[in-house]
Amino acid sequence: MNQAAPAVVTPTYDVTLENLFEHPEGRRVLTCIQCGMCAGTCPYGEVMDYPPRRIINMLRAGELEKVFRSDSLLSCVACYACMAKCPRGIRLTEVLLPLVKEQVFINLPETPAELQKALENTLRYGNPFGESSRKRAAWVKTAGVPIRILSEDPRPVDVLWFVECQNSYHPRGQDVSRATARLFHALGIDFAILGNEEKCAGECARLLGETGLFDTLMDYNMAVFAKYKFNRIVTSGVHAYDAFIYQYPERGFRYPVEQTTPFLARYLDKLRPMLTRKLPYVVTYHDSCCLGRHNGFYEEPRALLKAIPGVRVVEMVHNRVNSICCGGGGGGMWLDTYYKAKGYERLSERRVKEAIATGADVLAVSCPYEISRFEDALKVLGYDQKMVVRDVVELLAEAMEA
Amino acid sequence: MNLVVLMRMVPDVVEELEIAPDGKSLDQEALRLIVSESDDHALEEALLLKERFGGRVTVVAPEAPEVADVLYTAAAKGADRVIQLRGVEPGLGVAAMAEACAAALSAIPDLLPADLVLTGAQSIEDLDGLVAPLVAHRLGWPYLGVVTAVSEVSNGTATVIKEFQAGYRGEFQVSLPAVLGVQAAEKPPRYVPVAKVRAAMKATRIEEFEAPQPVPEPLQDVTIVALAKPEATGRAEMLEGSVEEVAGKLCELLAERGLL
Amino acid sequence: MAGNIWVVADQWQGRLTDITFEALALGREVADAFKVPLEAVLMGHGCASLAEELGCADNVIYAEHPALAEPVPETHARALTELAQQRQPRAIVIPATNTNWGANTLLAAQLGVPGLNFVVDLKAVDGALEARCVLYGGKIQVRVQPRKEPAVIGLWPGARPADQGRSERKPSVEQASVSLAAEPKVRLKRYIEPEAGEVDLTRQDILVAVGRGIQSKDNLELAEELARALGGEICGSRPVVDQGWLPLSRQIGKSGLTVKPKLYLALGISGAPEHVEGMKGSSLIVAVNTDPQAPIFNIAHYGVVADALELAPALAEAVRARKG
Repeated sequence: MNQAAPAVVTPTYDVTLENLFEHPEGRRVLTCIQCGMCAGTCPYGEVMDYPPRRIINMLRAGELEKVFRSDSLLSCVACYACMAKCPRGIRLTEVLLPLVKEQVFINLPETPAELQKALENTLRYGNPFGESSRKRAAWVKTAGVPIRILSEDPRPVDVLWFVECQNSYHPRGQDVSRATARLFHALGIDFAILGNEEKCAGECARLLGETGLFDTLMDYNMAVFAKYKFNRIVTSGVHAYDAFIYQYPERGFRYPVEQTTPFLARYLDKLRPMLTRKLPYVVTYHDSCCLGRHNGFYEEPRALLKAIPGVRVVEMVHNRVNSICCGGGGGGMWLDTYYKAKGYERLSERRVKEAIATGADVLAVSCPYEISRFEDALKVLGYDQKMVVRDVVELLAEAMEA
Repeated sequence: MNLVVLMRMVPDVVEELEIAPDGKSLDQEALRLIVSESDDHALEEALLLKERFGGRVTVVAPEAPEVADVLYTAAAKGADRVIQLRGVEPGLGVAAMAEACAAALSAIPDLLPADLVLTGAQSIEDLDGLVAPLVAHRLGWPYLGVVTAVSEVSNGTATVIKEFQAGYRGEFQVSLPAVLGVQAAEKPPRYVPVAKVRAAMKATRIEEFEAPQPVPEPLQDVTIVALAKPEATGRAEMLEGSVEEVAGKLCELLAERGLL
Repeated sequence: MAGNIWVVADQWQGRLTDITFEALALGREVADAFKVPLEAVLMGHGCASLAEELGCADNVIYAEHPALAEPVPETHARALTELAQQRQPRAIVIPATNTNWGANTLLAAQLGVPGLNFVVDLKAVDGALEARCVLYGGKIQVRVQPRKEPAVIGLWPGARPADQGRSERKPSVEQASVSLAAEPKVRLKRYIEPEAGEVDLTRQDILVAVGRGIQSKDNLELAEELARALGGEICGSRPVVDQGWLPLSRQIGKSGLTVKPKLYLALGISGAPEHVEGMKGSSLIVAVNTDPQAPIFNIAHYGVVADALELAPALAEAVRARKG
């Protein structure tokens, strides 16, 4: 699915566990052949008491209550591996799992503290960090190129750039935002941002089962979009991309949406001559779950990397559809303490070991969560002198310096 | 048990606090209000007591921007009745507000008699008093603050745990009815899914009650001279540079003082 | 007798606390400024001998009553009300410790006067008593003058050095009687001691303290590593203990320990007064916080605006390299 137009998907917004079987997606769930591909490919499969196969089994037997009372589904990082491998094409990660997780979440005797804080912060401040919404666009001052903020200058614009939380507030995310802004500027893109009016798109909350929070954010964002005139949305957030494509049409969202990496790949012919600085790096690219497995954008980031003079791209053992999640999705970003207490290996550490094995200098990523997770893993494993993490956009911007 | 929780909104210090041009109050424009943190703990403790001993929990909150969210959230968490107090404004200082609340508690129909009134042990805005002892004084009830647990309730008394210092706590016996200032509930305030709060918004009616007249004027017996942000004098010497550079400088510092 | 400045003595486990002496030092300044006597008020049961430590005051009023043996704020407030109504002081300075929490408010309410909280300084300004109070988690200071007497002052720790309030002089002691309810409605049944087997943090030279800025229990390791490298111990602020990341016995601050190590390294701690109270006496305070406006930088000797999660491992490494 490589396109700049809205994907055509069967709406599943109003599917519930009660009406599941009246919906085409629900009937598809019933075609499960219990093959176990899902459990086999799940990165936390060995600790998951209820992989999708078992969930569907319990569903058919009318015993789903048991699943609701287990906290096992908190280990699901919404990586789309099960959904990508399901021979029946059941939309597990997108539809069934969030519905079940919603009940699991409600039934938790105690919500893990860090997760609770992240959700409460997202509701109140529009970002999981608990930083003031008035500081969301603070990074713009150091961008180095002019960035239009729609609340200050509401004239119509071509591209609304939806920056997302991580890339607004986290220092490394802000690096990526600055690099993105410079690239947009160099390519002559007519763009603007919402600035402090922007709030989290809510997809990770939804994947975790906090649908009320997602709905609240969706209502808010749709109201903000309605205030301004723009042709399309480009977002740095891969989860935000998913939210806009698959969920927001429920509220009448009709804008074409692209994530930054495939968007820039379409401008490769214009971009290539600007990449004048040689970067003699061996780079291995980590396919993000949302961009890659879920939406099929595998070759675009690689094309961008290969366009940088001096860069040599090497592949990890698990690449493209087989990529191993960094562990940040589905609430995983705020459950590291919880997983640690259960003795689980950190997925980001597992993945970093694979990256190191390629002998590369640079681990290139395109999901905002991945930078901090992989940098953390490199430090913990003691490899931070051997390898750095860079967003594809950062590398492009670096190659653009004369 | 009949439990009453008094909750109020205070400035959210996540936002920058600015001083108003007159220098004697906070700039309201810049303010955003949030429920006082220990009031949230008071609510949690009340809900835990209800779960343990049965009964009902009523939340009373002075009107303020965004207080409706707090009341709906309390209802979603399990509060049986939520009441908004009109005619009492949030602001610097609490004595007047606490008096108005205490008078209201006596006047709200079907509220008293109660076993316990719980509220936070303190808030960030308590210039001229603490709410819990002021309410206790008005009601003529016993009071205990810095409470971290209520372990038993029987024969008209409650066993209440209070925090002292250096890790020490005290077990107190308090005659009921009483007012407790809760420092921390026995468990952290629970999370309530937003869907539940949205459902509470439809299912719950926030009762409105007009505070009994006359409502005391805030800060009547004090003169505010000026507000200020703390002086930078005595401010730390800031070390600049990359993380590695700073680590090196710190090592030098420590070595100079014989700490390495 | 009327118009005097009173300082109420605070006790813990049979001894006078440091804040009592801080209050005396401050009270002495105020009394001198108003040219009135400074009186210390000691309340308890069988603790008259403590009075001789209060020589910074001109004299001691000792209120003796069995009910005052228990640390119940409302009982103490009731006794103070009676004394104040009889003797009409100008101001009553009460240390705001957990032991006394709420007593100043009750006293003020019973006397019908304003009671100020979070007071860090007092002075005479054109014949009026002016207090400086710290509010909003340390972010705003308010200068305020009470308009009624006596002014009831809830004093926050750290207003003056405790030693300034100590004196060799033996003050005159006047025993006063107070009438209190035979059956107080709040009674102390017993003290609950902290868990045994824990390190005594008050005897450590080097403490690495963590606050909310470490974000998750997981990251404690980074601080523990650093503490190990430095040869010190780890401790934390209230939020970290509330979350269960550290036990109560490692909590620094108002409800926890007061420490005065040679080095206090504060990682991701904002510096709210409740915490600062427990560590401001440290010889060297180094604070790391991502927020340049964090109040901790007002009391630290050295500060770094950085992510503690990044600096801690870097510092641990540098220390290890240095030590060889």
